[in-house]
Amino acid sequence: MRQFAKPILLSASIVALVVSGLSFTPKAAYAGKSMAEKGKEISFHRQKGNCLACHKMADGALPGNIGPKLVNMKARYPDKSKLRAQIWDATINNPNTIMPPFGKFKIVTEEEIDMIVEFIYNL
Amino acid sequence: MKRLLIIAATAILTATPFVTNAGPDDDLKAFRGYFLERFPNVPLEEFANGVYSIDAASREQWEAIEEFPPYEIAIEEGEELFNTPFKNGKTFASCFKNGGIGIKGDYPFFDKASGRVRTIEADINSCLKKNGEKTLGWGKGKLAAISAYMAFTTRGQIIDIKVPRDQRAIDAYEAGKVFYYARRGQLNMSCAHCHVDNAGNKIRADILSPSLGHASHFPVYRSKWGGLGTLHRRFAGCIKQVRALPFKNQSDEYRNLEYFLTYMSNGIPWNGPGARK
Ligand code: HEC
Ligand code: HEC
Repeated sequence: MRQFAKPILLSASIVALVVSGLSFTPKAAYAGKSMAEKGKEISFHRQKGNCLACHKMADGALPGNIGPKLVNMKARYPDKSKLRAQIWDATINNPNTIMPPFGKFKIVTEEEIDMIVEFIYNL
Repeated sequence: MKRLLIIAATAILTATPFVTNAGPDDDLKAFRGYFLERFPNVPLEEFANGVYSIDAASREQWEAIEEFPPYEIAIEEGEELFNTPFKNGKTFASCFKNGGIGIKGDYPFFDKASGRVRTIEADINSCLKKNGEKTLGWGKGKLAAISAYMAFTTRGQIIDIKVPRDQRAIDAYEAGKVFYYARRGQLNMSCAHCHVDNAGNKIRADILSPSLGHASHFPVYRSKWGGLGTLHRRFAGCIKQVRALPFKNQSDEYRNLEYFLTYMSNGIPWNGPGARK
C-alpha cells in the first residue's frame, strides 16, 4: 500500500513554493549559550526545527509520534556527518519520507543545522 | 503555476505505474481498502466523522459538542437566506433541481458545457449572478451558511460521485489526484503524507484524520475559526501549514481536488455540516 502515497521526488521540488525569509536567525538571541543549547532552542522552535511535531526528544512537551524517538544518537550514528545528512535532506534515505528537507529547502540555515546536530548527538 | 503543475503531473505519471494503470474505480477500491485495513474496527460509514471515527477520547468531547451543535444557527441563517426572494421575486430554489432540497449529493460534478468541475458553492454564486444579485464572498459567512443548509437537507444520502467517460472529466479527476499526492511547500509534504501514511498518528498534539470521508461533512464549523468554512477554506489552511502558497477559492486546482477527494468518499453518508475543533 505504500505505493499509493508515493510522492515523487522530481515533482516535489517543482511544485514547491518556497517561502523564504523564515530562516533568519537573530544572532543576539543565542549569545552566551553552548552550541547544544542553541540547537535545542532551534529544534523545539515551531517556526524552525519543530522536530517535536514528529519526534519525542529530550524533555520536549507534547511530542508527536510520526517519527521515531530520538535517543542514542551517538550509538546509531557513529559518523556525525550521516546524522547531519539526515537532517539536511531526509528524502535521500527514504524518498517517501514526510520529514522536511531542512537544509535543502533552507528551512533553517547551515549554521543552525550544525547546532541541531550538536544537540541531538548527545541525546 | 499551472504550467508547473503540468510538469509535475508528467513526472508523477512516469514515476508511478499505479497512477497510469488505475482508473477512478480501482483508485477507490485501493484507497478505501487501505483505511479499512488500517482501522479494522471502524465501519466504512463511520469515516464520515473524521478524526472522531478513530479516537475515542476526542470523540467523547465531540459528542458532547454535538448535543448543542454550534452550526445550528448557521443552518437557520442559511435556510432564511435560501428562501429570501431576490429583487426579481425568484429564490435560490429556481436555480436547482428539486428546488435545491436534498441535492448536495449532485456535487461536485463534471459539467460538459463549461468543461469544469462544478461545486455547490460555485452554483450558489452563479444563481445570484443569473438573477442580477451581488455574489457572496467565498469560503465562509453567508455563502457557507447557504451551503450548510443545503448540506443539511442532504444528510443521510450516500456519497455517489461519478466520473463520466469523458476524457476531460477523467483529466479533471486525475489533476485532483496528482494535486493530492504531490509534495508542496517549503516543508515538502503532500496531503497523503499526513492523511494517508500518518492517519491516526499525532503531529504534535493533533491526531491526523484519515482522508477517507474527508468530504462528507462540509461546510464545517470549526472552533478555531469561530464559524463555518467550506472545503476550499480547509484546503487553503492545510496548504499554508506546509508553507506553500494557497490557491484561490473555486480555482480549478481546488475544484479538481474536491472532485477527487469526494469521489474517494463514495459509499459514505453525507453528514454536513459538521463540527470540528
Ligand atoms: C513531519 C515529520 C517530521 C519532522 C518535522 C521531523 N522529522 Fe525526523 N523523521 C521523521 C520520520 C517519519 C523519520 C523516520 C525515517 C524517515 O522516514 O526518513 C525521521 C527520522 C529522523 C532521524 C533518523 C532517526 C533514526 O532512527 O535513524 C533523525 C536523526 C531525525 N529524524 C531528526 C529530526 C530532527 C533533528 C528534526 C527537526 C529539525 C526532525 N527530524 C523533524 C519525521 C519528521
Ligand atoms: C502537515 C500535515 C498536513 C498536511 C500536509 C495536510 N494536512 Fe489536512 N489536516 C492536518 C491537520 C493537523 C488537520 C486537523 C486535524 C484533522 O482533522 O486531521 C487537518 C484537517 C484536514 C481536513 C478536515 C478534516 C475534517 O474532518 O474536517 C481536510 C479536509 C484536510 N485536512 C485536507 C487536506 C488536504 C486536501 C491536504 C493537501 C492539500 C492536506 N490536508 C494536507 C494536517 C495536514
